[in-house]
Amino acid sequence: MAQGVIAIAEQRDGEIRKISYEVVSEARRLADSLGQGVTAIILGAGVKEKAVTLGHYGADKVVVADDPRLQTYTPDAYVTVLEQLVKENDPAILLLGASTQGKDLAARLAARLGVGMAQDCTQFSIENGNLVSIRPIYAGKAYAKLTYQDSYPQMATARPNVMPLNKPDTGKSAQMVDAAFTLDDSVMKTKIVDIIRDESGKVDLTEADKIVSGGRGMKDAEGYKILEELADLIGASVGASRSAVDAGWRPHKDQVGQTGKVVSPNLYIACGISGAIQHLAGMSTSKVIVAINKDPDAPIFQKADYGVVDDLFKVVPALKEELKKMA
Amino acid sequence: MDILVCVKRVPDTAENEIGIKADGTDIERGDLVYSVNEWDNYAVEEAIQIRDKVGGSVTVITVGDEESEEILRREMAMGADNGILLSDEAFEGTDGKGIASILKAAVEKGNYDLILTGAQADDGAGQVGGMLAAMLDRPYASLVNYIELVDDKKIKIGREIEGGNQEMNEIDLPCVLSIQTGINEPRYVGIRGIRKVASLEIPTYASSDLGIATNTVGAGSAKVKRIDYFVPELGEGAEMLEGTLDEKINRLIEMLKAKGGLK
Repeated sequence: MAQGVIAIAEQRDGEIRKISYEVVSEARRLADSLGQGVTAIILGAGVKEKAVTLGHYGADKVVVADDPRLQTYTPDAYVTVLEQLVKENDPAILLLGASTQGKDLAARLAARLGVGMAQDCTQFSIENGNLVSIRPIYAGKAYAKLTYQDSYPQMATARPNVMPLNKPDTGKSAQMVDAAFTLDDSVMKTKIVDIIRDESGKVDLTEADKIVSGGRGMKDAEGYKILEELADLIGASVGASRSAVDAGWRPHKDQVGQTGKVVSPNLYIACGISGAIQHLAGMSTSKVIVAINKDPDAPIFQKADYGVVDDLFKVVPALKEELKKMA
Repeated sequence: MDILVCVKRVPDTAENEIGIKADGTDIERGDLVYSVNEWDNYAVEEAIQIRDKVGGSVTVITVGDEESEEILRREMAMGADNGILLSDEAFEGTDGKGIASILKAAVEKGNYDLILTGAQADDGAGQVGGMLAAMLDRPYASLVNYIELVDDKKIKIGREIEGGNQEMNEIDLPCVLSIQTGINEPRYVGIRGIRKVASLEIPTYASSDLGIATNTVGAGSAKVKRIDYFVPELGEGAEMLEGTLDEKINRLIEMLKAKGGLK
């Protein structure tokens, strides 16, 4: 019978990604309510040593699939290998991160396993021994609670930066297992030919701990200079609302919102952003939200934890000056 | 190149307040304004641009009730050549996996070199494209933000990946791609454009036309079931930092130190 929880871990350039620890932590909580074990699976090349840390967050067993062809994520190779490893372990629950890679992988893997899947969930629980997944729908205006019917493993992806991390316990060591699998070159129908690196030196929005974001209130592309400077001071990345992106002030990859990036940083500072639902959908799970806006009736103040009603072109420079004094 | 684009009719969340039915089984749909899922417009635009470059056709397809015909017409007004409506009472309550299986049956009736979907739908789960590709055993790429035709057998695509990076791939045709917003600027469709296509025939296929056993689709066979809906609590709203500019800044910095992770 299907038993246990599998957490699919992610690495990039050989480093275990934070989302992996989040997924393992959540898997541990779910497994504990079931009285079952957690197996983490990681694919890569030469990642076994680093993968030991997955045990510190709660994995009882870590299965490592090591192959040069798995060094970088490709859907064809990863799905082929994971299908074998998941079937072999026959878990009751299968969790992945709802990262770009995780979402891409999960849909394909679900179809291969012949199961249903809940994408980008913000909460999980066990009810009557079964997984219940909660996910936002309609730009976060509503949440749906989902269960699975005759579908094993019960499969879901977890929104990054939402699941609380377990306190790592270096005294806890997982059983490390080298995975056996077959991977034929003929399955690889997609070939990565190049990766165009972002040269800004900033942390990607979906992974950022702090974000300073600007909207229509920035007036023009030049306006973002003060946000860039503020971001540098506090170690934040810079985001933008859709209207700012549509106006051509910022590139599409900086767009936070329903049709852009979904972010969940510890600190989100919204400057000159009115807070259209499309934007709120992308940032409302941020831990602390600060809004700076001239308009006291801007909807962003409904979602924010702290609000400053004032001209951002006065507030942001003054804030910068004070922060510089502290440094 | 013959291109199929999968589209969906969804409630317009920007325009609508979303309420939950008293019994919690669904959202209130009575007063909702519907439109095409926004991501799908980018997919259709991309398909039209490819066709205009190399010839071929663009077909838009959707699974839905007869009201979904209006969104097919809208996409045809944009420039799609054909529309196909997959409609059957048995399809009601179908989950993402079921929708992918219905689309698969329709895909196999045609001969498409390229299948596009939006990256996700407002009320969906961003999974139909990937599932469809796996069911068809065709290569797949998600979050595609660049397409370049190489030859009859291959295209080059860019994907938005983590770290702010763009990954360039070569992918064999036929394949399935999910399209990210920002890849193009979908053209405007006016009332006149929609009138022009108002009388074009849109074939409707039911489960029997597609060779789908009705017990494999619909709510009964859904692997994932929505058991409840709820609206998030609004919260109390922001704590407003008052005073002169200096006072506001001081309070802001105190707050950032206490809760914003500032040292």
